[in-house]
Amino acid sequence: MSKVVSSLNEIIDLLKIEDGMTVSFHHHLRNGDYVLNMVLEALAQKGLKNLTVNASSVFDTHQPLIGHIQNGVVTGLEANYIGGVVGRAISEGVLAKPVTFRTHGGRPSDISKGTAPIDVAFIAAPTADTMGNCTGKYGKSACGSLGYAFADAQYAKKVVVITDNLVPYPLTDFSIPEIYVDYVLEVDSIGNPAGIVSGTTKITRDPVGLVMAQYAAKAIQASGLLKNGMSFQTGAGGPSLAAAKFLMDIMLKEGVKGSFGLGGITKYMVDMMNAGCFESLLDVQCFDLDAVESIRTNPRHREISAMQYASPNAKSCAVDSLDVVILGATEIDTDFNVNVHTDSNGYIMGGSGGHSDTAAGAKMAMIIAPLTRARLSIVVDKVLCKSTPGNTIDVLVTQHGIAVNPLKPELALRFKDAGLPVCDIHELKRVAEGITGVPKRIKLGDKTVANVIYRDGTLLDTIKSVR
Amino acid sequence: MEIKKLATAGTLESSDAFITVEPNENGIELNLESVVINQFGEEIEALVYSVLDELDVKNVNISINDRGAVECVLRARIETAVMRGKE
Amino acid sequence: MRRSILFMPGNNPGMLLNADILGADGIILDLEDAVSPKEKDAARILVRNAIKYLGYRKSEVIVRINSLDTEFWTKDLDEIVPFKPDFIMVPKISTAADILVADEYITKLEEKLGFEKNTVKLMPLVETALGVENAYAIASATPRVRAMLLGGEDLTADLRCKRTKEGNEIFYSRSRIVVACRAAGIDCYDTPFTDVNDAEGLIKDAEFAKSLGFTGKSSISPRHVADINAVFSPTQADIDYAIEVMAIIKEAKEKGLGVVALRGKMIDAPIVNRAVQVLEAAKAMGVKIDE
Repeated sequence: MSKVVSSLNEIIDLLKIEDGMTVSFHHHLRNGDYVLNMVLEALAQKGLKNLTVNASSVFDTHQPLIGHIQNGVVTGLEANYIGGVVGRAISEGVLAKPVTFRTHGGRPSDISKGTAPIDVAFIAAPTADTMGNCTGKYGKSACGSLGYAFADAQYAKKVVVITDNLVPYPLTDFSIPEIYVDYVLEVDSIGNPAGIVSGTTKITRDPVGLVMAQYAAKAIQASGLLKNGMSFQTGAGGPSLAAAKFLMDIMLKEGVKGSFGLGGITKYMVDMMNAGCFESLLDVQCFDLDAVESIRTNPRHREISAMQYASPNAKSCAVDSLDVVILGATEIDTDFNVNVHTDSNGYIMGGSGGHSDTAAGAKMAMIIAPLTRARLSIVVDKVLCKSTPGNTIDVLVTQHGIAVNPLKPELALRFKDAGLPVCDIHELKRVAEGITGVPKRIKLGDKTVANVIYRDGTLLDTIKSVR
Repeated sequence: MEIKKLATAGTLESSDAFITVEPNENGIELNLESVVINQFGEEIEALVYSVLDELDVKNVNISINDRGAVECVLRARIETAVMRGKE
Repeated sequence: MRRSILFMPGNNPGMLLNADILGADGIILDLEDAVSPKEKDAARILVRNAIKYLGYRKSEVIVRINSLDTEFWTKDLDEIVPFKPDFIMVPKISTAADILVADEYITKLEEKLGFEKNTVKLMPLVETALGVENAYAIASATPRVRAMLLGGEDLTADLRCKRTKEGNEIFYSRSRIVVACRAAGIDCYDTPFTDVNDAEGLIKDAEFAKSLGFTGKSSISPRHVADINAVFSPTQADIDYAIEVMAIIKEAKEKGLGVVALRGKMIDAPIVNRAVQVLEAAKAMGVKIDE
């Protein structure tokens, strides 16, 4: 028996892919991914219509998706994150049916529950053997963890592994085992390495970002959570990474030995583990070459599935053991609801990813963002899209002060005692509008272009078209 | 104050604005582009007329490419462009 | 609170918008070296508007104008003085006569504007050999001069020596400036440490400046501010000692004792003055002190 087939066309015939089916993709190759475009092109060539694409994330490199939507090849889209290029087209109403936005934890949960069924999963694998055992740790397109693809492999009716590094059976250091895999396809290239693991994101040199990062690190120190056994996650934005660096300095100075670092993993988290700040890293996605190298060589750097990362349907998941998470925001309202789906004009340019999962799980969820960006206040009366509910957000750190959710009065006291500039979130809004002026509330269209599904499967918000 | 020649001020960096003024014979013609046009378009327009009035400029072709400049920055850049254009 | 003063380019709206949240006790909005000759007009108007509309509350505002040998300095003062910055910094001051030129111009502006005299203070930037030799005369030329900054880069060019990290070449100048300023009863700020990436070198340099008697230190990088503030802040040990001194003085007064000692050392007037200064600085930093 051989699972290796010679072309995508052959697979489409063998799997009897039909109009109206759902195909799925994962995003570890990020903006370097060739696989989603390659597969949709083949499906379009076959004349298939009315397909639903369930991709853990959609990046700007997936721009051809817009054409497939316009031609009726794709009529449904489900994702946890959609970049600005495809997002703009969605906001302008290119897709008749609303997009389904989930979270990184909600997606595998809904897939496992059967509320997001997948007919065929396409797994982009930097290395695979002839029976479909595969991994992201090796190969010219190495991306490290394949965390988001596990649910697709496990629950899709059919599973196709696409690789550009086919090795003889058995690949022993596999992530996803052959037991789930129907077919294996070898191609020249599954992705552009430059887009897969972009060079290490530099720690910000922006003075304002550094001020915020200092406040964030001091706030963590003052929170009472900075002690042996602390677990930590941070986003990959400049100020978040700088905060992690300052936190590392504090941990080393005070001899604090944390437990685990979680999430999308960057060089800075790897450095923190190697310096003794964490016992281990739990990695659902690698962001840079240092992280890929670390997950390949260091047994304490462990790949985990999206289910284990954040699924509320799992018997337990890592975010429930998380102490502190640092997150970003495009907007936050005076009830601490956060928008990471749209820009200030209402165009889709992001998504929850693990934002609301980690906020829900962590003991302290901290947003770090400059109070104003190009004449717009980060703090608003009401967010254009509720991506993460305010009752799961504890702290907002800006360069002008730190606002603490009134649900956490003890945290505010701790910060004040540490001499941090604590202020009411309404006061931050006043300060911001003193700088920017009071913006006119933008008018959005009537059409619903996306439904934002919370991690528990309930509808959290809808996103309207942009006029 | 009369605008006698083409002049520019400011930059296209975030939080700044790039202003061009040119002589015009028939009042004030404004061409406004802004990254915050939805939130502050009307305010910016009103500000331009008010600053030009303060500077006693009656005739000008003025183009503004606003990259999210706050009011005091817009004021400064318009004033600079006008002062440069009158010489 | 005067520990750190930070140079900010005068023609950069993004920087000006956030100038007072970087932790510096004073911000120097620069119209001189950070602005190209073609943009002097734009920076002057922008800085004027920034002071007028942004109302910096968290830092003292210092505007560095262009030097007296340029065509720009009077225009700079015309635009800036009406908005009452805390200080005008005048570069390349070598003699008392130099600073009196600026003083006279500002005095006229203040009269015209109906301001109380000396509302706007002067901070001469001494960065020539002649300036160092005339430091006391400059510092005491007019009551408007309330602080002085030493500029090490231009000074070493004038001295025809190399500017080094160790700073041996400006040791005399630093000491001379401190003595002159203290004699005249004004504040003195040390030259910036220019290697933005050498935090250790910065701390060493700042500690040395503090040991000579400088009030604080200037900086060209926001990243240096926190370290400068830390160096020039009283330490917990300083504060504890000051509290003890004040307590023992109070006790002595109550008991009518003339002479008291603490830890075997006579407590005299300079020690008490020093303790008062330390406690004032600590309070300004937000340290809670139970007295």
